[in-house]
Amino acid sequence: MNLEFSEEMNMLQDMLNKFLHNEYSFEQRQKLSRQGIGYSEENWQQFAEMGLLGVPFDEQYGGFVFGQTGLIVVMEAIGKGLIVEPYLASVVLAGQLIQQVGSEDQKHALLEPLIGGELKLAFAYAERQSRYNLADVVCKAEKKGNQFCITGSKSVVFNAETADKIIVSVRTSGESISQAGISLFIVDKGSKGLSTRDYETVDGLRASEVHFDDVMVDESSLIGELDNAYEAIQTVIDSASAAICAEGVGVITQLREKTVEYLKTRKQFGQPLSRFQVLQHRCVDMFMHEEQMRSLAYLAAIKVTGDDASELTKSVSSAKVYLADARTIVAEQAAQLHGGIGVTDELDVSHYVKRLTMLNTLFGDRDFHLQRLCSL
Amino acid sequence: MDLNYSPEEQAFKLEVREFLRTNYPKDIQEKVAKGVALKKSDYVTWQKILYKKGWVAPSWPEQYGGTGWSPVQKYIFEEECAAANCLRLVSFGLVMIGPVLLAFGTEEQKQKYLPDILKSDVWWAQGYSEPNAGSDLASLQTRAENKGDHYLLNGTKTWTTHGHYADMIFVLARTSQEDRKQKGISFLLVDMKDPGVSVEPIITVDGMHVVNQVFFDEIKVPIENIVGKEGEGWTIAKYLLQHERTNIAQVPRSKKQIERLKALAEKEQCNGKPLLKDTNFRRKIAEVEVELMALEMTNLRVLSKLSAGEPPGSASSLLKVKGTEVQQAITALLMEAVAYYGFPYDKNVMLDGWEEDPIGPEEAIFLAPHYFDWRKTSIYGGSNEIQKNIMAKAVLGV
Repeated sequence: MNLEFSEEMNMLQDMLNKFLHNEYSFEQRQKLSRQGIGYSEENWQQFAEMGLLGVPFDEQYGGFVFGQTGLIVVMEAIGKGLIVEPYLASVVLAGQLIQQVGSEDQKHALLEPLIGGELKLAFAYAERQSRYNLADVVCKAEKKGNQFCITGSKSVVFNAETADKIIVSVRTSGESISQAGISLFIVDKGSKGLSTRDYETVDGLRASEVHFDDVMVDESSLIGELDNAYEAIQTVIDSASAAICAEGVGVITQLREKTVEYLKTRKQFGQPLSRFQVLQHRCVDMFMHEEQMRSLAYLAAIKVTGDDASELTKSVSSAKVYLADARTIVAEQAAQLHGGIGVTDELDVSHYVKRLTMLNTLFGDRDFHLQRLCSL
Repeated sequence: MDLNYSPEEQAFKLEVREFLRTNYPKDIQEKVAKGVALKKSDYVTWQKILYKKGWVAPSWPEQYGGTGWSPVQKYIFEEECAAANCLRLVSFGLVMIGPVLLAFGTEEQKQKYLPDILKSDVWWAQGYSEPNAGSDLASLQTRAENKGDHYLLNGTKTWTTHGHYADMIFVLARTSQEDRKQKGISFLLVDMKDPGVSVEPIITVDGMHVVNQVFFDEIKVPIENIVGKEGEGWTIAKYLLQHERTNIAQVPRSKKQIERLKALAEKEQCNGKPLLKDTNFRRKIAEVEVELMALEMTNLRVLSKLSAGEPPGSASSLLKVKGTEVQQAITALLMEAVAYYGFPYDKNVMLDGWEEDPIGPEEAIFLAPHYFDWRKTSIYGGSNEIQKNIMAKAVLGV
């Protein structure tokens, strides 16, 4: 057993820290988040050059075989810098879906340009009524000749605005909420009948409602087996859940460090706030949750690469439950201990608080994952 | 012990309800129900209606425009207002400076300021906190030098709610350097239209502009604009903080929010059933309801004591801490109820409501910003940590 980062992971981490330090100040992040497409295309190209876009992919498609443990390093940095570029949508979700169930042709045709920074993807899995249940799929695709006709809507699709193609989960047979009968199609963003309603998210990112109004796609657009996509979707969402837990670790670390630093410098009643024992203990609580969260995020990343399905579910859902608990302590205390300044738009703290809070929602909240653990 | 309202109180309740039903503007009601930001004109409109009815200042003596209501009647009024989604009147004039002037002001000051406060013709802001004086308010640095016929005011105040709307501001300023920092503070009334006043907006976590930083640069405040005596400012400030805090727990509003939460959870789906039927979610609502039920009874016990003429003591600290905890818990559940629809954000919708079809449930877009914004309640008005210090000292004697 060895739970240390490998040499390569350390190098990746150093490179990312340098990038955050030199090119991704909070002010720059805010500027990007609030303009145009909500992120920098230049940064995206730089991510490609740095090899970040290939981290979870196999070598034969241009990837770097870091796998899920490499994703820990990238996602932690994304949390640390509140990075707005569409890494989660394009690489972690859509890219991994293709790697997992795409045909050889699809992998070559899609992963290579994705890794190279020429192609961006999004994954549409949630619906108005679905909450976090990945099998609650109503949006449907019907066979018409040798094509499929997609009708319905998808909710809160991250970075659909700038994606070239969208992978969508649809019902091709069976009842709604049934795991059987779900398929995946990859659809050109410019397809006739496909429209998006784009918006900012409360945590400074971009998402869209995506509508399919009789969108026709060829059979070759099917990703994986017809009617049989549920398991692949679940696996990729689990991998993405583990990844955002690592992102959460990055956010939590920042919030804890910033809060402790603030208490050391802010003086009230003639002394730094850090001298008050009641506040010291709150910071220690933040720190303990940070460490426990890090442990569960690492464990989940390791289990995602294993082949024991129930171990995977157990570790991912445990990490996600813990993220919810850590969020309550860390986000709420960070805001409280900063006082008024902690709930201003100007200070970075409120933006870390927002991201951490929305990570709790993403891919299922505490109740959802506890329920999943209980049903194992 | 009798929890029931007396026949008179019951009749009063119905009278209030009927008045609100026929007089409270529907457009404002809709905004409050949905969470749309309120405009200055909304506050003025509603306050003038209440003024006409004579119900605008329940906490004032009748001779100055008060209602002469008992504490229980005031509570009933709050209850009915919350149930009807009434906007809460701005407190700086009616609940803060008004009672201060009534208790410490000269007859001249009362005549000059009180009528415009009642009519909402003059808006007041509160000049208490400073960038370096938050929880430790007594360490404030804004200075007012006595120059004979005026005070020369220099300094800055922050978290000034509605500072950009205000015509006047009441300011705690240091008029002398004493051994005890509480001693040299005075309470001044300052005209916001003075050219030496500047207001910088502070945008809060929800993207909204409600609070400001206010700067005072060489302002000549007429000597008659002091309230009480020079150096008495801290006593007045403390009076203000303890005054009229029976509604600080916001029980009626929280009850209304619980109703709203249940209605929302009834509409939202979870595995093909209403979310309200989900045992886990239902249980969390029940947990908040238990705390709220205790809080309501505690609040009523405090009211009962007040009715019997006993002082509230440090009950307001308990009501503030528990009240904000309940409010914050409800904002978290509201956000949780809409799952992924907590993500969309649109500042224009926050300000004016939906003009096109909503994204997801109509009210969803307000819920995450509201949750984040509501973190302020455990920070302002004396942070919850300060309230616990007060209880430790005043109640437990430790």
